[in-house]
Amino acid sequence: MLGRIFRWGVFLTLIGLGVYWFITIPKTVSDEQLAGLSSSSEDGEQVFHAAGCASCHAAEKAEGDAKLVLAGGQRFPSPFGTFVAPNISTDTSHGIGGWTQAEFVSAVVQGTSPEGQHYFPAFPYSSYAKMTLQDAVNLHAYMQTLPSDATPNAQHDVAFPFNIRRNIGGWKFLFLSEDWVSDANTPELERGRYLVEALGHCAECHTPRNALGGLDRARWMQGAADPSGKGRIPGITPAQLGWVAADIAEYLKSGFTPEFDTAGGHMVAVVENTAKLPPEDRAAIAAYLLALP
Amino acid sequence: MRRSLIALTAFALATGTVALAGGHGGNPAVKARNAHMSLYSFNLGLLGDMAKGTIDYDAAKATEAASDLAALAAFTQSSYWVEGTAQGDVDGSRAKAEIWSDAAGWAEKMELMKTGSASLAAVAGNGLEALQGGIGDAGAACGACHKAYRGPRN
Repeated sequence: MLGRIFRWGVFLTLIGLGVYWFITIPKTVSDEQLAGLSSSSEDGEQVFHAAGCASCHAAEKAEGDAKLVLAGGQRFPSPFGTFVAPNISTDTSHGIGGWTQAEFVSAVVQGTSPEGQHYFPAFPYSSYAKMTLQDAVNLHAYMQTLPSDATPNAQHDVAFPFNIRRNIGGWKFLFLSEDWVSDANTPELERGRYLVEALGHCAECHTPRNALGGLDRARWMQGAADPSGKGRIPGITPAQLGWVAADIAEYLKSGFTPEFDTAGGHMVAVVENTAKLPPEDRAAIAAYLLALP
Repeated sequence: MRRSLIALTAFALATGTVALAGGHGGNPAVKARNAHMSLYSFNLGLLGDMAKGTIDYDAAKATEAASDLAALAAFTQSSYWVEGTAQGDVDGSRAKAEIWSDAAGWAEKMELMKTGSASLAAVAGNGLEALQGGIGDAGAACGACHKAYRGPRN
């Protein structure tokens, strides 16, 4: 009898391990999937600004052209530990200069490193998962034109059990979805949704998270505690913002609110990026935000 | 009876004064900072509305508002940016502790506001286009300081 229970126990444990092993396999994008795409570094520059890469990967306090040196080093405190942005400059030993196109795209849209490890979702690949492969290869082409920097990568400071990379496969299984959150029935809303939900990854800060760090889609863009532990990131639904389309577009261009206060903190870096987008893109973001419930 | 009435009155006055200065009415340094910021945004709002075309451009009014903005930026403000009043130290503050730990960087940003608003004041009366061009410098100065030294909303 006991032997039978033991055998069942072993059997079920093996199944459990099998399921865990299966769902936590890091996924990648293959060369074949990218085969038909030709890349344009010029188009990639727009993706680079819309996706806000420099805001996190440039060195702390970098301004102007120094923001194109993606040496990493900025620290991001969170309830799970402190993450440090890595070097993603074109340096071949410390940066990503030696990566293939497929390795780069896998990192951005699947959150999987060339070594086949999961990245921590502080890197917003759960938003970039909705990026088109065309935009991803364009981004790769553009980033290859940026300067190299030999700053070594710093270690993340994350405690057990969150430091076990394989477990992030479970997090991805639960929270990484390529489904859109909002409906979009005009080309402008579609563009706005792509900029907000995919490239701009606005929800990563403006939507609250559950205990496991997954975005609470039921409270989309309703504001969240600042991960630093001080203050709150504001909600940006129409009722919370109380702005018209022109107000939002102006804010994303100059940083001025309708009351002539200005953006603060990390949002200043966001506005530096959105200011570089064409006016239609800022209008599309405004249209998307005003269509939120 | 009379003595206790005096004591009571004195006590009420004392607690009232303390409440005004500290607890109930908020930290006076923070209030002064917010008042200063309100004056910035009022003047900048007038100029911004003209620049955006929400209201008609008026050279005299633009010059006045921009001159007041530059005068405000020239305040030393040192009496109300006092250490110990960072976000988390006192209610209502969004000032980052870096204002005091990185005093040189902070001074640089304050200087940026002085030069940005002075250059705006110099051109604000020279027509709508000059105003539109000049307001960018002042706005960039606001943003530069808020980026480094203002915390998120409470």
